[in-house]
Amino acid sequence: MPGPNFLLEIGVEEIPDWMIPPALEHLRKAFTKLLEENRLRGKVEWVDATPRRLVLAATGLPKGQKDSVETVSGPPKSAGEGAAQGFARKLGVTVEQLETLSTPKGEYFSFQKKLTGRAAAEILADALPGLILSIPWPKAMYWSSKASARFIRPIRWVVALFGSKVVPFEVAGVVSSNISSGHRRFGKAKVKVSIRKYEEALRANGVLVHAAERRAKILEGIAALVEGRGLQMRPDAALLETLTYLTEWPTAILGSFDAGYLSLPSEVLVTVMRHHQKYFSVTGAGGALAPNFVAVMNVPGDPEGLVVAGNERVLRARFNDARFFWESDQKRKISDRVASLGNVTFQAKLGSYLDKTNRVVDLVKQLGGNEHAQRAALLAKCDLTTDMVKEFTDLQGVVGGLYMRAQGESEEAAAAVYDHYKPLSMEDTVPGTVSGLLVSLADKLDTLRECFRIGMIPSGSRDPFALRRAAQGVVKILLEGELDVALRPLLDGNVQLEEFFLDRIRYYFREIRGFAYDEVNAVLAAGWDPLPGAESRLRAIQKMRPTEDFEPLAASFKRISNIIEQAGFEKGIPYIHAMLEAGPEADLCAAFEGLRGQVASLRASGDDAGALARIASVRPAVDLFFDKVLVNSPDPNVRRNRLALLSSLLTEFSSIADFSEIVTS
Amino acid sequence: MDSYQQILFKLKKYWSDRGCIIQEPYDVEVGAGTMCPETFLRVLGPKPYRVAYVQASRRPSDGRYGENPNRLYKHQQLQVILKPAPADVMDQYLGSLEAVGIDLKKHDIKFEEDNWESPTLGAWGIGWQVMLDGLEITQFTYFQQCGGIDLEMAPAELTYGLERLSAFLQNKESVYEIEWAPGVRYSDVRLADERQFSVYNFELADIDTLWQLFALHEKECQRMIDLYPDYEEKQRFPVLATYDHVLKCSHLFNLLDSRGAISVTERVGVIGRVRKLAVGTAQLWAAQEAA
Repeated sequence: MPGPNFLLEIGVEEIPDWMIPPALEHLRKAFTKLLEENRLRGKVEWVDATPRRLVLAATGLPKGQKDSVETVSGPPKSAGEGAAQGFARKLGVTVEQLETLSTPKGEYFSFQKKLTGRAAAEILADALPGLILSIPWPKAMYWSSKASARFIRPIRWVVALFGSKVVPFEVAGVVSSNISSGHRRFGKAKVKVSIRKYEEALRANGVLVHAAERRAKILEGIAALVEGRGLQMRPDAALLETLTYLTEWPTAILGSFDAGYLSLPSEVLVTVMRHHQKYFSVTGAGGALAPNFVAVMNVPGDPEGLVVAGNERVLRARFNDARFFWESDQKRKISDRVASLGNVTFQAKLGSYLDKTNRVVDLVKQLGGNEHAQRAALLAKCDLTTDMVKEFTDLQGVVGGLYMRAQGESEEAAAAVYDHYKPLSMEDTVPGTVSGLLVSLADKLDTLRECFRIGMIPSGSRDPFALRRAAQGVVKILLEGELDVALRPLLDGNVQLEEFFLDRIRYYFREIRGFAYDEVNAVLAAGWDPLPGAESRLRAIQKMRPTEDFEPLAASFKRISNIIEQAGFEKGIPYIHAMLEAGPEADLCAAFEGLRGQVASLRASGDDAGALARIASVRPAVDLFFDKVLVNSPDPNVRRNRLALLSSLLTEFSSIADFSEIVTS
Repeated sequence: MDSYQQILFKLKKYWSDRGCIIQEPYDVEVGAGTMCPETFLRVLGPKPYRVAYVQASRRPSDGRYGENPNRLYKHQQLQVILKPAPADVMDQYLGSLEAVGIDLKKHDIKFEEDNWESPTLGAWGIGWQVMLDGLEITQFTYFQQCGGIDLEMAPAELTYGLERLSAFLQNKESVYEIEWAPGVRYSDVRLADERQFSVYNFELADIDTLWQLFALHEKECQRMIDLYPDYEEKQRFPVLATYDHVLKCSHLFNLLDSRGAISVTERVGVIGRVRKLAVGTAQLWAAQEAA
């Protein structure tokens, strides 16, 4: 198979690691679209990147577009010879070259104009500058004059090769060429490349172009370092990605620190290593933190140990700071810091963290939290006044919990404070104790209620208080923490907040739990509070869905719903037994009344699946009714009574789900 | 081993050789070299400029009574402004590290995303923190906006943390152990002011007086800004003198902050007051340059 015949390398000053993968994806799509729009065959073979280059390789690009023919139609034949001559003159051809085009409206002079396809090189040269600058970045910059091009960081060179030739263009003041650039210190500044030997040439100049290779090199390097030392790296996929895109030639090194620092909580040590120094932490026998770390350099080696020594010195200074904070913070107990929260702003319009704390304590009481939960609610935010959290903000909550433990607060309260920011993401777990669940729930609910109260409602991508995450956390806590708490009464009757939650709930059931969207709509339309109940109903629907009665039943319910709606029938009007016609109508009523009690008691015992099965068993009676009975009876009283019966049936049996929301095939 | 002052000489020489004016430190208190008029005002407008200077940066809240080996109330920055940024600015920067004796084939350099923003100055830029063996030694920024004005020409700003760099080069665990000149340690030169200013900034500074001073400088600065539109001879107008009052306000704000006199609630408001002056002065400078 022939290799790529097109290569684009955009040489840039160091791009922030986390922005690279989405940029590559855009590049792939934009180039594919460029080919399609220009009727060029070929496809993107790969895209890849280092911090200093975004690269795309494509295969099978043709020399140019195929020649094509365009039919140009002219005046009608009836217009005569003069018109034909005029038409031919305009096209620069002779009348003899014209043809006749037959249409339903008559015959016309026409001409088959041959279009010579444009050369691919020319198309690429025209389109690539725009394509490069179309890559969307979270925060672009300019680097010469205000009016000049914007990109994530300055573009310093561009390689664009089609076959063995350079595709000539200029972008952001840089002229394309076949000259790339090697590693800043272990490669030449100018490296001549060809498509076939691109990767090889860069490898010889200290650059591994492919992220997969760098990732593997990091992991293999780490394995070799810890092997035989009884150590293990703590896996950290996000950090691995960061380091992969922060380096052109990554090399792992193992450093160590004084075991005395291990007396500090491992959370603090790991945060310092992870967030401040981008080190992997290392565990020893029994999974305990070892006095070692793994750093990843952007150079091939550390022959004199200077890099290890430098990193060890930096880490020592960081750990000394942490130890200083740990000791000095403890001079003032967490429980003595509540009043100081009055000086910490929660939000300008919403007052201080002391105000928030008081509200959360009340809410935890209202939710039935015990003394430990209430204590935790009171002390949860106090660590915001500690130097440790000011320095390591990621450790909020965790530090409070650790200090409380060290200061003799109850384990239950300490654990609740430790966990109360959880879940931090959809992947994160919920707090591990009931008190933790309640404090976390109350904290998030308070933020949501207060922000919505003053109109701070997220819109589009603007969500400065991370309210979506907070609401998602509430949903997750209620469902995964199995709390017997009704959500709706806690939302202050704020309609916008209810809508906001409904969106989050839908998202959770669909994306996290994988329920079908119409099942989710059907169940939520029948009510969404309390959430565990809604989930149980969803599971019942999911279980019933593949059975033969389900879809026809859903279709029948939809029909009933439509009939009632079209008739403008007012719900809640009782039907009158005496007016029911013997046969299918009376039978349906009997079936309905026979099932009603069973369904209610099954639901009361939490057996939604059983209740649903009973509801499904009404199907033959419904089918027969629609088969034999005319709802739109000429007698308006009979008609009204039939609608009343159907309406009762619908209302009664829609408490599990609004079946009319189910999409039937 | 080079002394601290030799390292400075070498860096100044290096940038002097690359067309920079070597300025001396500005004589009004600043929180960062960026705030000096040589940076804050010169980056505005279309005139090219290259300058390097050492600036003492005063950050009262960072004071540790001289007891923390790495934190200082006042540290020294080498500030380099290259306007416009040359295409090989990164190579020039790396060259400066080699000029002070760092063999970059034996060390690990990384450029990690770190965008700079100063709400009090209405200024921001895009760039990196430069990490040398895991130690942040330089802030590298392409300015985009200053005093609320989009810059005509994006300059590169290099800010070297001189104590850190020197401690690295001299392999010292504490900045106080740095050899400033042969036989003279950093602590011999600077320990006393670290102690004394920590005591003053954290304990003794009179809050009422600081607030009054803040208000006086703010008033004078605003009076000058308001004077400009009707001032006849624009080129004579003392924009630089007006700007000194911005710096005074900024420093007083930092002092009040370290004294614990500004609640978090008030903070935003006070920052806004300083920014108003900074933006007003920047606009005067731009107008005067264009006049």
